[in-house]
Amino acid sequence: MFTPGVRTGLWVGLATGLYGISFGALAAVAGLDIPQTCALSLLMFTGGSQFAFIGVLAGGGSGLAAWSAASLLGIRNGVYGMQLKALLHPPARLAPVMAQFTIDESMAVSSAQADPAERKRGFWAAGLAVFVFWNLATLVGALAGNVIGDVKAWGLDGAAVAAFCGLLWPLLSGRKPVAIALVAALFTLAAIGFVPPGIPILIAAAVSLIAWQLLDRAGKTGASE
Amino acid sequence: MRVWLWILFASVTAYATKFAGYLLPRKWLANPSVPAITGAATVGLLAALTTTSALADGQSILLDSRLLALAAALVALRLKAPFIAVVAIGALGAALGRMAGLP
Repeated sequence: MFTPGVRTGLWVGLATGLYGISFGALAAVAGLDIPQTCALSLLMFTGGSQFAFIGVLAGGGSGLAAWSAASLLGIRNGVYGMQLKALLHPPARLAPVMAQFTIDESMAVSSAQADPAERKRGFWAAGLAVFVFWNLATLVGALAGNVIGDVKAWGLDGAAVAAFCGLLWPLLSGRKPVAIALVAALFTLAAIGFVPPGIPILIAAAVSLIAWQLLDRAGKTGASE
Repeated sequence: MRVWLWILFASVTAYATKFAGYLLPRKWLANPSVPAITGAATVGLLAALTTTSALADGQSILLDSRLLALAAALVALRLKAPFIAVVAIGALGAALGRMAGLP
């Protein structure tokens, strides 16, 4: 029963579940009540988007801005869906269920397995384990966050900064992502004073796509010369 | 009530995005730009979220103990600390700053 894919999936689930505590606490700090916080983990179930959603609300952004940031950050899950469909060849009736468990971790564990049957087991083990631990941890974090009185004294606003930084860090491999991150950060900084909270994030998303295109074109001309 | 509506709307969007991946024709995947563009948008969004959570205070820029949190998190990441430790160290950095009387 504990094949390599299942074992890796369970460990990843346990480790990722721990982040759920920080999510729950930060959501409470952002002003969400316990049912709202738990609903995000149960229904949205994609960590990066959830952090973005509460991050925008905590900064005073509108619901529309929070929705936009979360939805844009969730687009990569659609790409995982395409990749998992090609990798696992699931029957059509399973796809709607698999979709909910299509996240960074299940994609990573599944694609790391060499054996086709093991890939399936890895996907389900990671997806289900992360789901269980993430949701339990969210509840614990939300309860803790509501007990804590002074958010700033506990440094919870600093925890949010560290969480976004920690999500970004592993993506910064190579010059291109670093350049895109710097451009996005600079445009965000410049926009903060001029547009309502939350909007600088959307401006940065648009700018990063333009930056990617320019870098891509520069890379191609450089290669052809 | 408004918050509930946005939570549900954002959750439906997240699910629809995931499910769309299973429905889209496979030739989309063969285009190398698709994962590259999503990757670039993800990097840009996370860089922007890091910036606003560290520096924004409504519509102005505020330099306070959150910068200590950012510095502490960067050191922890360089030392290859796991995500949960990075978050805790970030909180500790800001908490220590406030204990020392910084804003």
